[in-house]
Formats: sequence, C-alpha cells, structure tokens
Amino acid sequence: MMALFDDFLVRAALAGIGVALAAAPMGCFVVWRRMAYFGDATAHAAILGVALALALDIPVFGGAVAVALVMALTVSSLSGRGYSMDTLLGVLAHSALAFGLVAVSFLTDVRIDLMAYLFGDILAVSRGDLAVIWGGAVLVLALLLWRWQPLLTATLSPDLAYAGGLDPRREQLVLTLALALVVAVAIKVVGVLLIAAMLLVPAATARPFARTPERMALLAVGVAVASVLAGLWASLKFDTPTGPSIVCAAALMFLFVLLLRGIRQPA
Amino acid sequence: MSLISAHGVGVKLGGHQVLSGVDFAIDSGEIVTIVGPNGSGKSTFLRVLIGAQPVTSGRIVQADGLRIGYVPQKLHIDPTLPMTVGRFLSLPRRHPAAELAQALIRAGAPHLEDRQMVDLSGGQFQRVLLARALLERPDLLILDEATQGLDQPGSAAFYRQIEEVRRELGCAVLMVSHELHVVMAASDRVICLNGHVCCQGTPEVVASAPEYRALFGTGTQGALALYRHDHNHSHDADCDHASHRHEEDA
Repeated sequence: MMALFDDFLVRAALAGIGVALAAAPMGCFVVWRRMAYFGDATAHAAILGVALALALDIPVFGGAVAVALVMALTVSSLSGRGYSMDTLLGVLAHSALAFGLVAVSFLTDVRIDLMAYLFGDILAVSRGDLAVIWGGAVLVLALLLWRWQPLLTATLSPDLAYAGGLDPRREQLVLTLALALVVAVAIKVVGVLLIAAMLLVPAATARPFARTPERMALLAVGVAVASVLAGLWASLKFDTPTGPSIVCAAALMFLFVLLLRGIRQPA
Repeated sequence: MSLISAHGVGVKLGGHQVLSGVDFAIDSGEIVTIVGPNGSGKSTFLRVLIGAQPVTSGRIVQADGLRIGYVPQKLHIDPTLPMTVGRFLSLPRRHPAAELAQALIRAGAPHLEDRQMVDLSGGQFQRVLLARALLERPDLLILDEATQGLDQPGSAAFYRQIEEVRRELGCAVLMVSHELHVVMAASDRVICLNGHVCCQGTPEVVASAPEYRALFGTGTQGALALYRHDHNHSHDADCDHASHRHEEDA
C-alpha cells in the first residue's frame, strides 16, 4: 500500500482529487453568493502568504491560510459599507498579488520557484504535501457539512436566517474560513492564479443538471475530479503544464455542456 | 405577557433617524397591522423584531422560546441556485415530507414540492413563503407587505388564508401593509407608523384619527369602504389619489 504513494503520478492524482473534493462544494457557494471576485482576491493574497512564510521560515500552508484569511476578513468587513465591491476587490486582489511578487523578490537567500506557486506543481507533491492537502480538504468538507443548512439559509436571505434564530454574519465567517483553507490547499495543485477557476468552473458546469443545491454540489465534485484526472492525463500525453491543463479540461467540460444545451433547446 | 415588545426603540441608518421612541407589544393570538407611508420605517421595524437590525436606542423583549415565522417582502433567488419548493421549505430546519405537504395545503399551494422556486407565479411564491414560515410552528407570524405584486382578488384571497391559518394555529399575526382597505378589516389593532407611532387602536379608531388622516388623507375612508363593498363613495380628489395608489400596488 505504501509503495503506491511512491509513485508521483498516484500522489498527483490523489492531491488533485483532494483539492476537487474541497473546492467544488465551496465553489457552489462562491457562485450562489456571487463571490467570484472574492475568491480571486483571497487566492491572489495567498502568494504574499507564501513569501512571508518562506521569509519567516514557517510552513507555507500556514502562511498562505493566514494571509488568505486576513484578506478574506478584510473584504468581508468592507462589504456592505457602501463601497463599490467589484472595484474594491479588483484593487485588493491585484495589489496583494503585486506585493506578494515583490516580497518574493526580497527572499535572496531562498531560491524558490515562483512559477510553482503561481501555476502549481502537482507532479512534485510529496507525501507531506498530500497529508496537508487531504487534512485541509477534510476540514473544509466538515465545516461545510456541519453548517450546510444555516449556510444555505443565509445564502438565500440573511433576513430569513435572522428570523430562524441564525446569525448570517457567523455563516459568512465560516465560508470565509473555508475559502482560505481551499486556497491554501489548492496552491500546490493549480497555483494561486488558477484557484478561482477550480472554484467556479465545476460549479457552473454542474448547474444545468441540478434541481437542488445538494445535487449541484455533488455534480460539481464529479466534474472537478474528472477535470483533475483528464488534465493530469493530458499533461503527460502532450507534455503541458499540469495545473493549467486541469483548468483547461474543466473549461472544455463547461463548453461541452453549454453546446449540449444549445443543441437541446435552441434559443 | 406579550410575545414580543419594543420599548423606546430608535434606529439610525446612515445618519438618518428612521425610528424613534417606538413602543410596541403584541399578545398571543392578536392580529396587528402596521400601516405607514413609504419610508416610514415599517420594514425596518419588522427587521428589528426578527433581530436582523440592531437598535441604536431602546430595547426589545421576547417571550422565552418565542418562535417567529417570517414572510419577507420579497425574496430574490439567484438563478445559479437550484431550489425546489420542497427543499426551500426545509430551510433552515428539515421537516418530514408529510409536514411539507401539509404546510403547503395550509398555505393554499398544494402539490408544489417538486417545482423550481424560480418557476412559481407571484401568488404561488408568496404562499410557499407562508408555508415555510408555518413549518416553524410560529407563535408569531410576521408578514412584510406580503401581498406585493398580487392583484386585488389575489391579495384578498391571501389575507383570507392568513385569517384561516390564525384560526387553525392560534398564532399571533403582525403584518405591514399599505393596502389599508384589505388589511384594516382583518386586524384587531392597527398601528400607524411614521418614524414614530402616530396613533393606534381598532381599525375604525385609527381610520378616523386626525394623525392618520394627516398622513393618508381622507381618501382612505373611501378605501376602507371599498373593502366593505360599498362603492357609493364620492369620487373626490383624494379618492382618485387612493385608487391610483391601488393601481400602482397591483
């Protein structure tokens, strides 16, 4: 059994599946709550976390979670205060990325492969990485399952949540935490630039086939896992970068669904 | 003891004093209607009662274990969120299928469980919102302009449904409306709100109160008569204004 984990391909597949399990249901909430930019900002902030973690010699995962969480909390607290959210998020997302890239350049004594953090390096996943990814993924799934009903209620309408004795701000906090975890978990697999795609594309692909939120989340997981495996296969076959190949596979599935629906019900 | 009461409640939103010094109480089984012009703080006050809006002064006292069923003014469901009626009814708490069916029957919208929420008509949607509120087994049912977007026969039927529900479940009902002609006849008590409580009492008392007339004009007398199917009111300027309002509401 342990010999199985020695194979870098098996480790890569398992890492990708772990990310898919966490990112797809989280992505459904990102889609339902129109938080696409929010996901982007959180993901881009993570590169700053990576740089800080390397500078302070702490685990990269911890640094990424911490900075992603700070970014997500900042955006959360700024929302609903009369700011124009899309502008604000655009500013924050790209500023965080720029500061992160500059911070990385200061790390003269550590030679790091920046590309690995921007686009992921799934084929270099170690056993330790695998443990971190699956630990994070299980944590995200546990959070979402535990708060599923309140999260759905608060997503539908904060007032309905209040009337039902729930606090939608707490549910927002749960989602924020889950999002930071997903981002940190996904860095190694698809990199900070493409995390938002792993959140959004499977959820968007699953939407037309779902009649309930649960079904959409399950289908999104299926799409995400299929994308990971197809992308991995394609990257070996065509010698392409793996992270982007996974996102390409997901995007092609989305396109296929779009065309299928176009044929079935011409506009 | 009252189910819920407000004591000197004030709310400031963005530097604007929306509510000030509001005293309010509702007892079990009562039907109370809050009326007031647009921007009078009606919806804000309901949001204070359900705990969605913090108060800047005063306080809210709730009976222990009070269960509130809330029917919002409108509810936008994002098209990316797939949601059957049955699934919607099981939020925030899950209920057995038999209870869902019964709640839908009670709300006057039977057999809709498998329909998508976005495919419902305005009237069906309101009834599903009502059914969801009923599933909470409320001691107090709160409705915010629940008949918005319904035509007059539609809203009259909706209010008859509410009265029936009240008879069956014995819950108190608090509603907000500007459709005075329908609401006032069904209410035990009417509260006229315009940032503060202008006047309150039985529908007849409020309708003839000078504070109320100052807000709505005497035309509402005609509107009240409309509910009583007395179409012999004179068509003075105020009445025209009143009927124009109805067209807007419909």
